[in-house]
Formats: sequence, structure tokens, C-alpha cells
Amino acid sequence: MSLLEIKDLKLDFGRGAEAARAVDGVSITIEAGETVCLVGESGCGKSVTAQSIARLVPVPPANYVGGEIWLNGRDVLKMPIGELREIRGGVVSYVFQEPGAALNPVFRVGNQIKESLKLHKPEKANDAEVIRLLKLVGIPAPESRIRNYPFEMSGGMQQRVMIAMALASEPKLLVADEPTTALDVTIQAQILDLLRDLKNRLGMAILLITHNLGIVGDMADRVAVMYAGQIVELAAAGDLLRRPLHPYTKALMNSVPKLSGNMDRLVTIPGNVPRIGNFPPGCRFAPRCPVARPSCSDAVPELVEVEPKRWVRCPYWNDPIK
Amino acid sequence: MIQSNNVSLLEVKNLKVHFPVKTGIFSGVHETVKAVDDVSFSIAPGETLGLVGESGCGKTTLGRAIMRLVEPTAGSVFLDGEDITGMRGATLRARRRKFQMIFQDPYGSLNPRMTVEQIVGEALDIHNLVDSSSARKKRIEELLHAVGLDALYAQRYPHEFSGGQRQRIGIARALAVEPKLIICDEPVSALDVSVQAQIINLLSDLQQQRGIAYLFIAHDLAVVEHISQRVMVMYLGKIVEAAEAEKMIREPLHPYTQALISAVPEVNPETKRQRVVLPGDVPSPIHPPEGCPFHPRCPIAADGKCSQEVPALLEKSPGHVAACHFAGKKI
Repeated sequence: MSLLEIKDLKLDFGRGAEAARAVDGVSITIEAGETVCLVGESGCGKSVTAQSIARLVPVPPANYVGGEIWLNGRDVLKMPIGELREIRGGVVSYVFQEPGAALNPVFRVGNQIKESLKLHKPEKANDAEVIRLLKLVGIPAPESRIRNYPFEMSGGMQQRVMIAMALASEPKLLVADEPTTALDVTIQAQILDLLRDLKNRLGMAILLITHNLGIVGDMADRVAVMYAGQIVELAAAGDLLRRPLHPYTKALMNSVPKLSGNMDRLVTIPGNVPRIGNFPPGCRFAPRCPVARPSCSDAVPELVEVEPKRWVRCPYWNDPIK
Repeated sequence: MIQSNNVSLLEVKNLKVHFPVKTGIFSGVHETVKAVDDVSFSIAPGETLGLVGESGCGKTTLGRAIMRLVEPTAGSVFLDGEDITGMRGATLRARRRKFQMIFQDPYGSLNPRMTVEQIVGEALDIHNLVDSSSARKKRIEELLHAVGLDALYAQRYPHEFSGGQRQRIGIARALAVEPKLIICDEPVSALDVSVQAQIINLLSDLQQQRGIAYLFIAHDLAVVEHISQRVMVMYLGKIVEAAEAEKMIREPLHPYTQALISAVPEVNPETKRQRVVLPGDVPSPIHPPEGCPFHPRCPIAADGKCSQEVPALLEKSPGHVAACHFAGKKI
């Protein structure tokens, strides 16, 4: 049994005539100790998918229309609220993009970490454990830092505190939602190193959400690329980066400037990312796709295993792109 | 001196921007943040000079000081051979035809209560560039067309556009006065990856068609390297290295540049670089470290010398300058 198994998750925002599908039939599994990346641009549904794992998306406006989320052998979507509280933090913890916004500005960081301990490990809710956690995430002089307020710390330090808080309950799955997007490149490298190191030492699984394909190469075992609420490609990270199959993945990789010293024109994807509630009919990438044909807009293509362990949602993945 | 090969369009000489820090009214302590500390460089017509650095290093302040949006504390800025540092009022406004700016946040930099036509047309009115309303309309259509927007959009408001389209409107506004220099302050960092590439290509097309020079400010080294002919690296208000883009990536001399390059996540698994992770954070610019400002985080800093002597920005090979006592040493 996998640690996490999301089966055909469908989530709407709004009800009835106003319902807009944000996540449309996402299925993904994560094994214990594995790092999986969810990649996509803004509005593709990657964060909503990740927050659904602990049912963090508020209902209403959200509305789970279908699917199952099996976490540690139990279906999160059918769980009573009491059990849900144990799962949140107990089995799955979150690290968000903006550490400055995720920390409470009027409490000392030590107390905020202790709060997580009180909920999940009440016997360990003491300063010694908080200091151990701060040391674990590489904060220098943790004894003096526990009395700091968040504003007294830099962005990188704040993100380390967030990670310490997430680790306090020894979760089996850490969901990191764009954990380095708000940070400088040198600090980003520090945080990614820390996450990789913690994963190896503590053996937890990581679901990493990012829009940066470079981070995928650094971190992931497997990667799922999302576009307009659907997974369009799912593969082992090395395979995907070496030889992307879906036209969207190919275009995305080509549109990123690389440090190689060449000044060629970037290959661009025409048009804009479609907004939720406004997804085009049929294949959602068809209006921007270089290999699309008229029939692409008729029906949504299936996610098919085209090679062992490689799933692609495009019947024309083998077509060369001009 | 970071010099372009040709006659320069923009020349910045020993520019300093120091901000006073508020302390108690009666304390009598006067501290300053040296946001830009003795920066000199030049840009040739039609050239792109990239400027990279982490947040708080002073790169945006440098751009704004050149635009005269913040007052420089010392030093001078020459545009087309003319000193614009002391200009004010109508004189300065007339010179603004020559240099314009594109901002980072396409949401915050367009007035939500003005239509696209008003936003782009405002500059035409201020500088009296059109003499009839039909000419104004035609010119706005041309500008929208140049940035890849349909002329039908002229009557719409900014909220009706996506981030990438808004950035195009910002570019059209800058182009309206036919500037010779555009200062681009993180123009693509708020955009989606697939849209970033569109804007980068648009900027290089416009440069080729119109011969505009850019000062391209960004934190993403890969983006800067892609668009620029020369690149400068800034750390705590000072330029620490500058060279031709390709040379900088191939043979970085300053340990900070080397670390920045190694920190760029690599998409291609085959060309994985050895990664150097710098310890610590960017120090506060109020109390920058003594000696070389980078030494507390530097993996090759030597006791004594680096913590006491500020390294000078010296030319190590033609067109390649670095401010490091051990420039060229691999980390």
C-alpha cells in the first residue's frame, strides 16, 4: 500500500451553474520516502491538489465532486473532522511559499513550534525539543533564537522555522508548496539542500510543488506536470528532463533560458495560461500546441502509459515539433 | 571602470545612494544604509547590460537613481554626454524622453482607473509628440501592435489583462517616447515561465528594430545571461564583478559569482554542476562587514587580509573586472 494514493480527484469552486473545475481527475501515488514534484504554471491546480491531501481547501467555496485520497490507509475525503485533526501535522505537514505570511507575527518562534508539539507530541512540548528541532534545520545558536519574533529573522531563517514546525510531529509526508520561490538563489540552494538532507535522515516522503524545472532535476524521484487542472505527463524525473514527451512539457523546457552562453531566441508558447472556469474544450493545451490538429479540440485525451512508467496525455506525443 | 567598447550612451560615475536610517529623535545617532556605494559603469547605444544580485543588494535603487526617481547622494549620471544629475523640473522632464523604465509588478505599475489608451497616450501628451487626435490614435495603435497587442484593446482597463499582457502595456508605455535607453527592473520575474520567454523575446526584437539600450536588472542569472551582452554582479551596494556575459559564465572570477552560477538549478541532468552552497544570509546593509563585504560567507576568505582590506575593482583581463583579493581562485 502506498503512503498516499490520490484517485481521480475532482474539485470545483462554486456550485451549480457557477461551478468551475480547478482539479479534474488527478491521480497520483507517493511511496514512503519518495520525493515527487508537481510542476505547473499558476492556476494549473497544483496547490489545490496538494492542499486537498489534508482537506485544507475550505468548503465552500470549494466542493469535492469526486475521487478518493488514501493517506496512510485511510480516505481523507470521508474522514470526520476529529480524525482529520490528527492527520494534519500528524501524518502530513505543510511548508508554504511565504514564510513571512505563514508565521504568526505576534508569537515567538519557539512558542509557535511548541504549539505543534503540544498537539501531536504533548510529552515532548519543551524547550529542549524545540532547540533540537531548530538545530536539525540548521539554525545557528538556537538557544537564543527561540525567543525571537518572526520579524527578527531573515526569509531563509523563517523558512527554516516553518520546516522545523512541520517536522515537529514527525510526519510521513511533507508537502512543500513552492518553498523557495520567495527566497534568493543562494538561500534557495540552502533550503533545497536542507530538505534533501532531512529526507535522507528522517526517511519521510516529500511532495514538492514548484514551477521551476531546475528544482525538479535537483530534488525529484518522479515528477507530474500539470496543465489546466489535469496531469499531462507523469514520469521518473531523469527520464522526463532528458526526453520530455508531452508537447507542453517540451515547450516549457525550451522556454526556460539556460546558462550556456548562447543568445538564441527562446522558444515560446503562444497565448496565455487558461484561467480556471475558462478551460478550452477537448485537449486543454490544443490552442497553444505546436502539433495540435483540429480533432484535438473534440475530446479530452486520456493519460496513457506510452512507455513503461511513463504516462502522457497526448496521442501525438511522438510527433516531432517543428 | 566598467566600460563599453563604443561611445557610451549612459555613463555612471562613482554613484552613491545613501539612505539615512531613522533612529530615536534625541539619540543623535545617524546611521546610513549604503544602498549604492561608488558604482561606475557605462552602456553603449543599443547594448544590453545585465545587473544581477540578491534582494537588498541595491540593484533596484541603482536603476531608480539613474532614472532620478531617487536622488543620488554623490556621483554623476551622464546621458548622451549630458550630466543629468543636477537637472530638475522641466529640463529633467524633457530629458526623460531619452530614458524610460519598465517595472517589476505589472499589477502595481499600471493605473487601474486609466484605459490602455490613456496609459500609453499620457507620455505622448506630456511630450507633445502628436498634433492631432487622429495621429494620437494611430500612434497608440502602432505601439500596441509593436508589443503584440491588438489595437482593439485600447479602450480596456488593466484588470482585463493577464500579467504578460500587462507587462506588454508597460513596455508600450515606455516605447511611446522613443527612448534610447530603457531600464528594465525585474520585468519578467512576476510572470509564468511560458510567458517570461515571450516577454524576453519581445524585448530583444524591439532592441533589434529600434536600437534601444537596456539596463536589465534581475535576480535570475540565467535570464540575465540570455539577454545581455555584458553582465555586472552586485553585492551589498557594490559591483563585485563585470564581464561579457559568456565570459562571466565560463570563467567567473569572484567567489560570489561562482556561487551564484552554481546555485542556478539545472534543468538538464547531464550537465549537472558542482554546487557550492553559501553559508548564512546577505548581511544587513546598515552594518556591512569590515573589509571585503562578502568575506563572512566566502569559502576562500583568508584571515587578516579579507576581513580588513576592501578589495578594489580591478581589471583582471580585458573587459573583465572583479573586486576580490583572490580573484580567479576556484571555490
